[in-house]
This record gives sequence, structure tokens and C-alpha cells, in this order.
Amino acid sequence: MSSLEIKNLHVSTGDKEIVKGVTLTINTGEIHAIMGPNGTGKSTMAKAIAGHPDYTITQGDVLIDGKSILEKESDERAREGIFLAFQYPSEIPGVSIANFLRAALQARMAEGEEIDASGYYKRLYQKMDLLKIDRKFTSRSVNEGFSGGEKKRSEILQMAMLEPKFALMDETDSGLDIDALRIVSDGVNSLRGPNLGILLITHYQRLLSYIVPDHVHVMIDGRIVKSGDKSLALELESRGYDWVKQELATA
Amino acid sequence: MAAAPALTTPSTAAVGSFTPAAFAEHLASVPALWHERKRSAYARFEALPMPTRTDESWRFSTISGIKLDGYVHDQASTRDAKAAKGAFSLAAEPTLTFVNGRLGTRNALRDSVAAAGVVVCTLTEAAERHPELFRQHFMAQPQKLGSAKFAALHEAFIADGAFVYVPRGVQVEEPIVLIHSAEGPGTAVFPHTLVIAEENSKVTIVDHFLSNDEFGHFACGANDLYAGHGAKITYVAAQSWSMESLSMQFNSTVVRRDARVQSLNLHLGAKQARHESLSQLQAPGGFSEMLALTVATGAREFDQRTLQIHQAPNTKSDLLYKNALLDKARTIFSGLIVVDPDAQKTDAYQSNRNLMLSEDAESNSLPGLEIQANDVRCTHGATSAPIDADQAFYLKSRGIPEKAAHELLVFGFFEDVLSRLENEELHSAIRGLIRRRFGK
Ligand SMILES: Nc1ncnc2c1ncn2[C@@H]1O[C@H](COP(=O)(O)OP(=O)(O)O)[C@@H](O)[C@H]1O
Ligand SMILES: [Mg+2]
Repeated sequence: MSSLEIKNLHVSTGDKEIVKGVTLTINTGEIHAIMGPNGTGKSTMAKAIAGHPDYTITQGDVLIDGKSILEKESDERAREGIFLAFQYPSEIPGVSIANFLRAALQARMAEGEEIDASGYYKRLYQKMDLLKIDRKFTSRSVNEGFSGGEKKRSEILQMAMLEPKFALMDETDSGLDIDALRIVSDGVNSLRGPNLGILLITHYQRLLSYIVPDHVHVMIDGRIVKSGDKSLALELESRGYDWVKQELATA
Repeated sequence: MAAAPALTTPSTAAVGSFTPAAFAEHLASVPALWHERKRSAYARFEALPMPTRTDESWRFSTISGIKLDGYVHDQASTRDAKAAKGAFSLAAEPTLTFVNGRLGTRNALRDSVAAAGVVVCTLTEAAERHPELFRQHFMAQPQKLGSAKFAALHEAFIADGAFVYVPRGVQVEEPIVLIHSAEGPGTAVFPHTLVIAEENSKVTIVDHFLSNDEFGHFACGANDLYAGHGAKITYVAAQSWSMESLSMQFNSTVVRRDARVQSLNLHLGAKQARHESLSQLQAPGGFSEMLALTVATGAREFDQRTLQIHQAPNTKSDLLYKNALLDKARTIFSGLIVVDPDAQKTDAYQSNRNLMLSEDAESNSLPGLEIQANDVRCTHGATSAPIDADQAFYLKSRGIPEKAAHELLVFGFFEDVLSRLENEELHSAIRGLIRRRFGK
């Protein structure tokens, strides 16, 4: 078992503090959902953990199996097992999905080792079939001209190929119609297992009826203000975030 | 024959290593049929001044890097020409391989190609066997882009070169590969490729320029492309001279009625490289597609000057030059579209795009239009932009190290040029050359 520990994490961009002391431990095999209104710092936290250069971690630590990853570049963090499924994936014109994923897998191999091309394509096609992605997509440029749903499926495809230990999935449900949501959820559920810990960021409980979390946390204004099990998501759905905010105010 | 009147007093600075004595020695080493035109070329070379900072056609160039001394001409090769490394990974063996300007090895054309009358031989052979074609097309076009002096030097000192002739109606599917290599300290080479594609013929030529060692060479090369009525030429010039070399190349493309020429210049080598490219669209329906890709690293300078001249109505030209700049590299692009008064319905496009991978790199763009017809479509543009930070992060977030991420982004940037090549094999061979340039 591996663990991803987020300890009293504070994240700023410019002089603005956005994440204000988050503490959370995710073990492989677990799914944690983070819910919260827009603009509360969920994406910022995920991107800071993945090493995005726009964000500065001013306090706290992030550790994998007890070892801090904050000194590491984003690519090293990824190779240590962090995967960020982006809320807004970048389009990369001229770089095909096949070449991109190949480079990502190549980066995980020892010096001098080469990917076995036929094995690679076999695996890629198998994952694509699972996610109902047309095989022609391999030669298309990464995310370029993809619909919202296609982008999200392409994120899950990457996750399936790269086999991270910890996936930070940022609003993977947004922009998906019900069919796409089902495909994406089935994909995520098929990856679920003892070797993967997931942090599922969403502001709708809808996704959580497809991907059932072990823990649910509510994030408001850069802090986790409430944690519970999956029933908390349902409660939020019926009572709204204002209920949590009021509870906070009176506390 | 009398020398052209001298514009400046010839000085050692203006001829460098290429003194009258050196020229006399060179002349003695080539067949007599070359002599007359070489003498007149040498006179022009001697008479023309070196470029200066104030010459518009040399604006932004590092003139001090254009040195003519310290070179040796007509260096005998000491090695087996087959050793030429870094060649294209194409199935076709190179048809001709030149080492220090002289023919090294020759591979026969496929029987069916030879039987169709296609000729691939040396320029010396061509001057002997096809004197009329040679006279009509060899360096027959004007030098309009600033290097008349160096073009004259080229003609004066050229030892030999490649001649490709494709007869009427003949379509050659497999690329014809020509290698021009240099070796030895200070070796000067004057590579040349002349391509004549007759009516409705089709041919793909790959010129690969490379050094067989790490010494600094001076390469002063030229190519002439002539596409007859309805002919289709695809021409790739891959420049991978050693990193200490000085490279100059002059291209002239003549496009006749309904003909189409697609040329791609790949600039990977040399310390300083200047490339001039002239396309003349001489008859209706002609189309010239001018492409270039440059990987500029270190403190290298790549200086590209282009001219698209529309001399007839309903002609089309489409130029796309892309530079990837790293480290402290510099690039210069200066392009001009000229539309003659009766060249109505001209469709001309010119674009220079620079991907800046370093803050210390410098790109200069000088796009220009000179339009004398009123019913035309001409567009030009130049952009210079750094790597998109979100794209770079996206790649890194998948575990791809920065250097490899940048390389992928450079390939992505180049792809819309590469994807214009019809020939898949050529496409991937060029990708391979670029990848090797990145040190893999
Ligand atoms: N790169 C940035 N520069 C400036 N402000 C930012 C940046 N990223 C996020 N923010 C701000 O931080 C706050 C939280 O944003 P975000 O993390 O995207 O929230 P969430 O994902 O919870 O909707 C917002 O007010 C947003 O405008
Ligand atoms: Mg967000």
C-alpha cells in the first residue's frame, strides 16, 4: 500500500493565497471525493500537487510514502505516480496521441530501454476499446478539436495507460452527457483497485452515484470544512453548500 | 574574355582563399568545357564587393561570420564515400554521392526508371552529353537576393554536381537521393543539383548535405529546379553540415504552366547558414510551395531570404518557413512577394513562424509585398511566440522530462509543414533526421 499525504497545504498564486491549509491522506485502494463551490481552490490544489509552475506552495508538505515530493519537478512527480486528469486539458497541435503516450511511457523506462511498439499498440487499442474511443484517434493531435467529452475520455485513456498510484481527477464529469458520463465512470471503475488511490474533484454529486467514494470532503474557501462518507454527498445535494457555510458561521 | 568592370578594387578581403592563383589551379582540374563560364564567373566574383551591414538584403545578418579565408578548395577525399554517415533512412540507396565536390559512388537507377529515359548523372557528364539542356538551365536565373558574389564564386569553383532529367510524361515514384558531403579541415565545397522535369513528369529529389567529420567546412551550394508544363517536382534539401561550418545555398525555381513545385529546406547544421530561394511563376496555373524547417541551437544563425515572383496570371505561391529557436540562436527571415502588372488572379501567401524555446534566442522577420496588379490575393504574416506554458506543463505532468517535452512541441510545431509531404517514407525519414539533431 502507498499513501499520498497532503499536510497543512497552503498554495498561493502571486500574493493571493488560494489554498489555506488542507490536510488529507489518500491511501491506494481508496477514493476520496472533494466537493465544493466554484472558485474555492480545488483545481489550484490539484495543480499545485502536480507541480504546476504558476502556483507556490508557501506552507505544508505533500508526501508519497512519507517522502516529500515538493522538491521534484512535475515530470518527476508524475513518474513517482501522480496523475492529474485536467479540468481543462491542453490542446497540443501536431503531436499525435500515439506519439505523446509513447513519449510518456518511454520516460518511465530505464536508460537505453525501448518500448516494444507492437505491445504498446495492443495495449493502447485495448484501453481505447474499453473507453469507446475510435482507434483513429491515435493519429489525431492531442485534444485538438476534441469535444468536451472526448477530452475527458482522452484523460482517462492516458490514466489507464500510465497506471498512476494516485489520480487527481479534476471535474472529470463536467461537460459530459449521460452516456459519456457512464463510459467515463465505467472506465474509472475498471481502474479502481488496491494499487490506485483517487482524489475525485467535483461539484456535483451526480458523478458520485457512478463512482462511489469511500470518503467525501467539502472544501470551502481553500479549506476542508467537513468530511464524511458517501452520504455527505447526498446531504450536500439536497441541502446545498449554504448549509455547510451556515454551519461554519455558527460554529 | 574580358573581366566585368570592377566595382571595387579586388583585395584579399574580397576574395579570401579564392585567389586568382587558386582559381587557376582549380581551372586546371576541371574539363575544358567548363573553362569559359568559369572564367567569367570568377571575374564577377572578384569584381563584386563583399556585403556590408547597410545592404538591405543583408540586414540583420552577421556579416563578420561570412569569411572567405582559411579554406582549401578541391580537397581530395581520403575515405570511402560509402562511409557518409547520417544519411536519410530511406529504402532507396543514394543515386549519387559526392565527396568534396567530386563523385564518390554511383548507384544505378532502377531499370524501369532508366528505361523511361530518366537521367541522373554528374554535371560534367551532362555538359558533355546534353549541352543544350545544360546551357539553358544551369545557373540561368538571376541572382536577386543579395548573393551574386557568392553565386559567382560557386560557379567559378564548382568541381561537379548532380544533374537530373525526367522526360515528358515520366513519373518517378521513388525519391532520388543525392548526397553532398564534405570532409577535412577548412574544406570548401560547391555542391549543385540541377533538376529538369519535362512536361507532365513527376519526380522527388532529396539533396542531403552533410559533413563526414567535425571540421568547419565552407559550403557554397546552389540548385536549379525547372518544372515544365504540368510537371510536378518535390524537392527536399536537408542541410546537416558540421556545427562549425559556414553554409550558403541559393535556390532557383522556375515554374511553367500548370506545374507544381514543392520544396522543403531543412536546416539543421552549420554555425552560420544563409539560404536564398527564388521562385518564378512564369505561366498560368503554376504553383510553388516553399517550405522550410529550422532547428537553431547554440549561437547559430540561420538567415533565409526569399522571393516569390508572379510573372503570369493565375499563379499561386505558398511559403511557410518555421524556425525553432533554442539557446542563443538567431534567425532572420526576409521574404518578398512580387506580383507583375499582368499577373492578375495571383494567389500568394507567405508566413514565417518562430517558436522561441529560449529567452536569449532572437528571431527577425521582414515580410514584404510589391504588388502591381489589382486583382490578387496576397497575404503575409510573421509570428514569434514562446512555448505555451500550459502545453509544456501538460506534457510534463505525464512524466515527460522538459527536454523531451520541448522536442515533442517542436515536432508538433513542425507537423503542419511535414504533413504536406505526400511521401510517408520521406516524412518519417525527415522526422528521423530532426530527432537525431536533438541527440537521440
Ligand atoms: N493562475 C491563477 N492566477 C490567478 N488566480 C488564480 C489562478 N488560478 C486560480 N486562481 C484563482 O483562485 C481561485 C480558485 O480557483 P480554482 O482553484 O480554479 O477553483 P475551483 O477549482 O475550486 O473552482 C479563483 O478565485 C481563481 O480565480
Ligand atoms: Mg476547478
